Amino acid sequence: MSDVVEGIVQAIQLIVSLDQEVLEITARSLMISLSATLVGSLIAIPLGGFIHFKEFGGKRGLITIIQTLYALPTVLAGLLVFLLLSRSGPFGFLGLMFTPTGMIIGQTVLIIPLMLGMTLIALSGVSRTKQDTVISLGATSLQTVITIVKEARFAILGGVILGFGRAISEVGAAMIIGGNIRGYTRVLTTAIALETSMGNLSLSIALGIILLAIAMVVTGFLFLVQER
Amino acid sequence: MIEFDHVVMNFGEKEVLKELSFSIQDGEIFTFIGPSGSGKTTILRLIDILERPTAGKILIDGTDVTTLRDREKIQVRRKMGMVFQKPSPLRGSVYSNVAIGLHFRKIGHQEIDDRVHEALDLVGLKGYEERKATTLSGGEMQRVAIARAVATKPDVLLLDEPTANLDPLSTEKIESLIGALKERFGITVVLSTHDMVQGQRLADRIAVVIDGRIGQIGTSKEIFYHPMNRAVAHMVGVENIFEGIVAANEAGLADIDVNGTRIVAASHSSPGTPVTIYMRPEDITFYAKDSIRSSARNMFSGRITKVVPIGPMVRMKVDAGVKLTAVITQRSFEELGLELGKETELTFKASAIYVVERTE
Repeated sequence: MSDVVEGIVQAIQLIVSLDQEVLEITARSLMISLSATLVGSLIAIPLGGFIHFKEFGGKRGLITIIQTLYALPTVLAGLLVFLLLSRSGPFGFLGLMFTPTGMIIGQTVLIIPLMLGMTLIALSGVSRTKQDTVISLGATSLQTVITIVKEARFAILGGVILGFGRAISEVGAAMIIGGNIRGYTRVLTTAIALETSMGNLSLSIALGIILLAIAMVVTGFLFLVQER
Repeated sequence: MIEFDHVVMNFGEKEVLKELSFSIQDGEIFTFIGPSGSGKTTILRLIDILERPTAGKILIDGTDVTTLRDREKIQVRRKMGMVFQKPSPLRGSVYSNVAIGLHFRKIGHQEIDDRVHEALDLVGLKGYEERKATTLSGGEMQRVAIARAVATKPDVLLLDEPTANLDPLSTEKIESLIGALKERFGITVVLSTHDMVQGQRLADRIAVVIDGRIGQIGTSKEIFYHPMNRAVAHMVGVENIFEGIVAANEAGLADIDVNGTRIVAASHSSPGTPVTIYMRPEDITFYAKDSIRSSARNMFSGRITKVVPIGPMVRMKVDAGVKLTAVITQRSFEELGLELGKETELTFKASAIYVVERTE
């Protein structure tokens, strides 16, 4: 127990003294996960709009697959991207293995189903009458999609933030694709895993507190936006 | 002009509209009245090209809109405005709600500004521009929805049960607004309602929709006093419907035998003709036994078998050989000392009865 207390005290010291390594790992985590969230949103929201508004065969099945992939294990997403990016894989020539860009790709793959699913739920939350109202007011198909997405924006934003939460908290893909290279691909979660296994509890706890703080800021932001 | 030519609409197995044909002239207020689920909303959605009919043609100004491509549909739709039963305000201010149809049409900012203010002024919501649309009352939201449609300067305004969820005051405001729209802009207004009195107040012509078919089209007077069949009569509140046979006819006054009771009606049907007769419950008057009423042809005594107060009026069932339904004011009811089970004198004019010859 005293280990834990000592760890917390040291953690606070590390945070207050703005320890270089802690700052650097935090910044990298944010950069990678925010990038993955941005890229994921740019793919998932328009794609969600397309799936919602377009009638096609197998739509129901596709939605079921998307929902199943909410629970895509992070290591599996990591493995998938690993197979694609490794030297012998189809995109091996890009040299993205063990790079932050590779990690962004991994996290993007991981969170797209979740953000896509949340976009679909958000859009189906907009009433049919509202959609008909927009069409009856003379909107083109594109204007209809844009207007309805705007109507659902807070719910869609919820999905985006959920995606970010999953990205920043995952360890499997980051470890497999990034390799936890100090000063290059080490992020909060991989650092916690490593430091804990090395018995370096104070650093682990410090990083854990930061991770939780980020989660708190993000949910707080979501709460504020939805309150508006 | 809007024309339906043998339009059929099925939703899955359910046949919602059955071979509908009618036409709506430019500049008239045309009302569909009918019970919930009779297909009124579907008719309006078909006019606005929000649905495609299973069969038949829909012509708008001579163009069959059922075969148009998406882009062409939008062009036709942009000449119409539709207000739904549920107002559906979009997020944002009242101003942005009213402006949205104009943004879709890529109209310049100055003109949008002018038209939004003009439309809000028209619906009596001047000064509401910055209010959040979702925080308004039901009546205000519905007026915003009307302003939103009117701002686009449509040739045709489609209103689906626009006052179904509103209080009487809001209803009155919206009804006078509909009248004003026709007066000021000469817009064709197509309205659906289950409120037959509203239909009567507003419409130039009424179509009674029953179970996916049009029972009758005509002016409110034709529909309310000369219903074409039993279903229409029921719908428009003609509660006294009897079948009988003309026993005699003298100078346009038919003596009709209804199960042994003789009723005199203005009709040229010749003796022996089977007929159905219709009479509105408001056309029956009651009087005290000793007072003399000579002008009315039909005078009966009957026993009151049911009394139901409806606001300032009282609906009664009276057994006078035939079972009559009558509506009188609460005041008259009290002054005449009427009550359940009591014998009463009643009368109705021969001209209050509409006689239709039965062909079957």
